[in-house]
Amino acid sequence: MAKNILTEENFLRLHKTIQLNRGKKGALMPVLHEAQKIFGCIPLEVQKRISEELGVPLSEIYGVVTFYSQFTLEPRGEYVIGVCLGTACYVKNAQPILDKVAELTGASVGGTSPDGKFSLEATRCIGACGLAPVLTVNEDVYGRLVVGDVPGIVAKY
Amino acid sequence: MKSIQELEQACQRGLEKINIRLNSVDEKHIDKSDEDKKHKEKNHVMVCGGTGCTSSGCQKIIGKLDEELKKHQLTEEIKVIKTGCFGLCEAGPIIITHPDGTFYSRVNPEDIEKIVENHLIEGNIVKDLLYKGAIKQDEIKPFHEVDFYKKQKRVALRNCGAIDPENIYEYIALDGYKALAKVLTEMTPEGVIDEMKRSGLRGRGGGGFPAGLKWDFTAKAKGDQKYVACNADEGDPGAFMDRSVLEGDPHAVIEAMAIAAYAVGSDMGYVYIRAEYPIAVSRLQIAIDQAREIGLLGKDILGTGFNFDLEIRLGAGAFVCGEETALINSIEGKRGMPRPRPPFPAHKGIWNKPTLLNNVETYANVPQIILKGADWFANMGTEKSKGTKVFALGGKINNTGLVEIAMGTTLKEVIYDIGGGIPNGKKFKAVQTGGPSGGCIPANYLETPIDYDNLISLGSMMGSGGMIVMDEDNCMVDIARFFLDFTVEESCGKCTPCREGTKRMLEILERIADGEGELSDLDKLQSMAKTIKSASLCGLGQTAPNPVLSTLHYFRHEYEAHVKDKKCPAGVCQALLQYMVIPELCKKCGICAKKCPTSCIDGVKGKEVYVIRQEDCVKCGACMAACPFKAIKKG
Repeated sequence: MAKNILTEENFLRLHKTIQLNRGKKGALMPVLHEAQKIFGCIPLEVQKRISEELGVPLSEIYGVVTFYSQFTLEPRGEYVIGVCLGTACYVKNAQPILDKVAELTGASVGGTSPDGKFSLEATRCIGACGLAPVLTVNEDVYGRLVVGDVPGIVAKY
Repeated sequence: MKSIQELEQACQRGLEKINIRLNSVDEKHIDKSDEDKKHKEKNHVMVCGGTGCTSSGCQKIIGKLDEELKKHQLTEEIKVIKTGCFGLCEAGPIIITHPDGTFYSRVNPEDIEKIVENHLIEGNIVKDLLYKGAIKQDEIKPFHEVDFYKKQKRVALRNCGAIDPENIYEYIALDGYKALAKVLTEMTPEGVIDEMKRSGLRGRGGGGFPAGLKWDFTAKAKGDQKYVACNADEGDPGAFMDRSVLEGDPHAVIEAMAIAAYAVGSDMGYVYIRAEYPIAVSRLQIAIDQAREIGLLGKDILGTGFNFDLEIRLGAGAFVCGEETALINSIEGKRGMPRPRPPFPAHKGIWNKPTLLNNVETYANVPQIILKGADWFANMGTEKSKGTKVFALGGKINNTGLVEIAMGTTLKEVIYDIGGGIPNGKKFKAVQTGGPSGGCIPANYLETPIDYDNLISLGSMMGSGGMIVMDEDNCMVDIARFFLDFTVEESCGKCTPCREGTKRMLEILERIADGEGELSDLDKLQSMAKTIKSASLCGLGQTAPNPVLSTLHYFRHEYEAHVKDKKCPAGVCQALLQYMVIPELCKKCGICAKKCPTSCIDGVKGKEVYVIRQEDCVKCGACMAACPFKAIKKG
């Protein structure tokens, strides 16, 4: 992941977001959501900037960023594969599917593959229980899976 | 929209537009005489656009429908409407055509041409694309008469699948915002609260606290500013009714929050919703914008002087934020950790101001209660649990999806009559309700009528309404381990019993699943569970041990099998499994030996039955998957 995410352009977008939210009560969460979208993660440099512009202590921001699972400190892979481990998926054999994805992509659960292409997550229930077991690759959803479907899906990316 | 009259006119106009759909669904028709004022539209084609059907490709189907209708120049006569969830996710993507109510399931984009040409143009229903339950001996039933829908009673879900959630006028057509108009012009705030109390509506998010009382407390609390909040942080794995309501009928929640604001004296609301639900978030935002645009949110609503506005706040992936005080912290932009209660949110909520907090499904019932009256609502259900409840059926069940039933319906009716029973001829083992806070209920309690109190007496709880069915292939120790794994991950870490206790319990369960458990472990689990339940600060910790306690209670023999015999009867816990070749079935083909990654299967092709060397087996299951004769078993 040599790509530089801390560009002037990104910081400008962050600045605009903060402008929009400044003065709003409880602005930190909406700003962090946007920051995660803009940078793909919220590293310390970004937290510092938010702290300065929003007037919230850095310690508090770090606390919030690390509390919520949707905020990350490091960039994720190009494709984020989420294997749902909600109950409905779990009782329908989601675990072997997760294992297979890990095996094929080389990404461990919660980690990113060495080439930076795939990140693998065991996600919380995404509410597509009717299609259990389910996995997502970025925005695409694949449902009613069996382990044998996994290689075909991974190969698409 | 500046007056009640304008709202009524919009309702009438809207009703004419969607009348074609109602003859088969709603009790509300336009009189025959009105029907003569024919408009050009001949059919409405409803395509489910819930998360389930979106995942199975409804967008492509809508695209294809548009293309076909354009080709035949039918876009004026036939309207395609993307709706919220129909509930039967198993059969998705779903299409229902009106006025006939024909129910097509598992539709592929390639099928659309046939549906348009044969059905919509020629009038011949495409029988082989029908939902299997909608056709019996050549007799075709409209969707609302198939078994899955027949036993349901839809109140909170009444508009889901019936309207376009991105068009406020369709909601208005079905009496939308009429309840708000009624309270603003005909009722006092006390009158509204009284109606809510008499309805007996209890919180649908888990605890089951009487909603009317909560409203009353907030109304009586002193404060210059009060807030109304909606908990849409539906975190229980396996529950997705709140998502479906927001996706299919977002205005019902907006209207209810406005009614609540009027009753408690607030002018500002927040909806706290999971970021994992992008479709619900975007439809809710569209709905809020539309309501604002025509003046049903904002200042001087319907010319009555009442002000109310609404904002969305996104969660960021923390289960504990479903707990009300943690949710409040999160809205304020802090770590989502619970606060001690009292003070309750009704007195000190968001920014320490009195705050009314209900969940999505609770709110979705409110407009109907106001319009049809508390008695109508209280007539449904059991003595202490009134009305209906939405359940998300999942796991090992034929008709996975959303169902709404009157309280007091038995588990058996839900699982077998509506849910269609267990697939693949397997045996029912347990049903899990209440998510990570609930428990597993075994087969001998299937006749129990579902209500808050019955489920608690069975060691489970209503929770937000997830209902996961398990069959004989599910190991109860593994399920308990699964839920504790979840709570360990999601415990916020604030108080010790939950943070440390759940972790220790999980370690014990992992030991048992690995075949290293002792009998004394079972007692240890029980005593730790008791401590965690009584000493934790919030609902997460207080209920976290429930999955363990209920499985220990009803399935102790399974725990004992793991501990004493070192066996997993369901064949799930890897460490306790053995793969074995069944000699009588083995055809000596040698395929298993070829597939084995550790070369631990011995035999001679065509001559000798194969045997697995247990000491070298890594239990990957490759041999079992490969055997064409099903001659390998695990146990």
